[in-house]
Amino acid sequence: MNTMNKKARTAFLVALGLAIGAGSAEARTLIQNKGSDTLVNVAQAWAEAYRNVNSDVAVAITGGGSGTGIAALINGTVDLANSSRAMKKKEIDLAKKKGKTPVQHVVGYDALAVFVHQNNPVQNLSIEQLAEIYGEDGKTEKWTDIGIEVPGCKGQEIVLVSRQNNSGTYAYFRKAILGKARDYKLGTRDMHGSKDVIDLVEKTPCAIGYSGLAYATSHIKMACISQKIGDGCVSPSVVTAEDRSYPIARPLFMYTNGEPKGEVKKYLDWILGDQGQCIISRKGYAPVRAVKCD
Amino acid sequence: MMEGAPNGTSDKDRLTFDWYLDKVVQGLVFLGGISAIVLIVGIFVFITREGLSFAATQLDIIEFFSSPRWRPTSEYRPTYNILAMIAGTASVTGLAMVVAIPFSLGAAIYIAEFATGKTREALKVMVELLAAIPSVVWGFIGLSIMNPLIIELFDVPVGLNILNAGIILGLMAAPIMTSIAEDALKAVPDSYREAAEAMGATRLQVVLKAVLPAAKNGLLGAVLLGVGRGFGETMAVLMATGHSINMPDSIFDSVRALTATIAAELGETAVGSEHYQALFTIGIFLFVITFIINLLADLVVRGVRKG
Repeated sequence: MNTMNKKARTAFLVALGLAIGAGSAEARTLIQNKGSDTLVNVAQAWAEAYRNVNSDVAVAITGGGSGTGIAALINGTVDLANSSRAMKKKEIDLAKKKGKTPVQHVVGYDALAVFVHQNNPVQNLSIEQLAEIYGEDGKTEKWTDIGIEVPGCKGQEIVLVSRQNNSGTYAYFRKAILGKARDYKLGTRDMHGSKDVIDLVEKTPCAIGYSGLAYATSHIKMACISQKIGDGCVSPSVVTAEDRSYPIARPLFMYTNGEPKGEVKKYLDWILGDQGQCIISRKGYAPVRAVKCD
Repeated sequence: MMEGAPNGTSDKDRLTFDWYLDKVVQGLVFLGGISAIVLIVGIFVFITREGLSFAATQLDIIEFFSSPRWRPTSEYRPTYNILAMIAGTASVTGLAMVVAIPFSLGAAIYIAEFATGKTREALKVMVELLAAIPSVVWGFIGLSIMNPLIIELFDVPVGLNILNAGIILGLMAAPIMTSIAEDALKAVPDSYREAAEAMGATRLQVVLKAVLPAAKNGLLGAVLLGVGRGFGETMAVLMATGHSINMPDSIFDSVRALTATIAAELGETAVGSEHYQALFTIGIFLFVITFIINLLADLVVRGVRKG
């Protein structure tokens, strides 16, 4: 009992000391940054690198999905919301109703890769084929429907792997593949992060999934994508995302409430500068403009 | 506190002090006693306030319960219908009961009627320990152990399905059901057993013919509380079901539970949006269901429903 008390007291004193120490080393500015799962790794890398640029500013990163970040911006709990999709009209209206004016900043581009199991012999898939695979009332239920036999996949039934419905990747893929007037098939496995999609597709011969190119591993296969069946296809890569030749590449956004000011503006300018853009391209995304990095 | 009263005061003063103390403690205990009611009412008012206006004005209640289409973020036409999730929750809970009832009844009968001394104490402690395992750990077991096992054993493409979640949930519900069932068996007076034994019944006959019929209500109550546990469980089913909006037609189908949908989506919707209110409507539905199940269990345990 006595030692417990002593320990508790020591811990308390240490915590108090830390708090005072932190307080005296000038008031540090804390930037709250939340949202897109696709961007979370880059956001983390930016935050870490920015510590060396300006040690008075700390950036706190939280993931959770684009919807999470946008909701937080609307609810007024973050300075910067990361999103892998543009804000919807409904969300902008809601934000305005709550006295917020979201301002959009493009911070990079991402190629959305379509993943299959590494034993899957498929080479290229067209947008049309993907729409029949993923879209409601789509006719493609089995791999054999598109002339492919996947070894180790019983019944050749396509196992659809998707994302939870607040994910920007989910929304962008729907728009790019199915268009505005079509929804996903019911019965997709809705994973809670890009990494979960990769994990499941890696282990499941029947599966097909999608997520940002940056999450690709060497144990998984990426399909070459064409507009129509028979067209020349393009493989996802930083280069093809940058020159926009890859058909399902999307801009990545950061949103602020009103035009950014003060430390947030400095941070955003740094992200869009050479240093920030080199970090995003090193993480497997395309920068907003050509930059020279070492 | 009693020693705290000053020594120099007269008996009369001390009486008054004790009298006040008595009143204060009484008040505190009363507050503690009604806090459960206040909380329940408070929670009910809260979820109703968030969800009811939407449910009453914008929602087609019949479609809500009869269509599987849950597409809250569709740009084309958002739909908020929960049939697939009801089917998911019901199928997982149903399978969980198939797993849990034999386990928990067996364990309860053994602990209450057969085990003695140290074995019995050890078993009781173990059952309580089992009940204390956090649900996220169960979910992890479902995800990383059961998933590959089911794929291997049954040759199915994905192991996150009703079977996986049902077994996990059954194992989670079993300890609580065991505890309550054991209490019900112990509540049967020994005179029943003695009478049966005096008639020349074997141990098994005593249990089957005398104790179980007498404890019937309590056992049914245990099962109903297990069902309530199944309906309300979130984390483990979120991880083990595959989280897929799907009308299941076999136990190898992935499904999605009502609770898991709230857990996965609520933190990520703008407060006050349609999606947010629709999730609260699911909350009201869950609240009503668990309330009915618990009430039913309570009534059954009290033996109101004589049969």
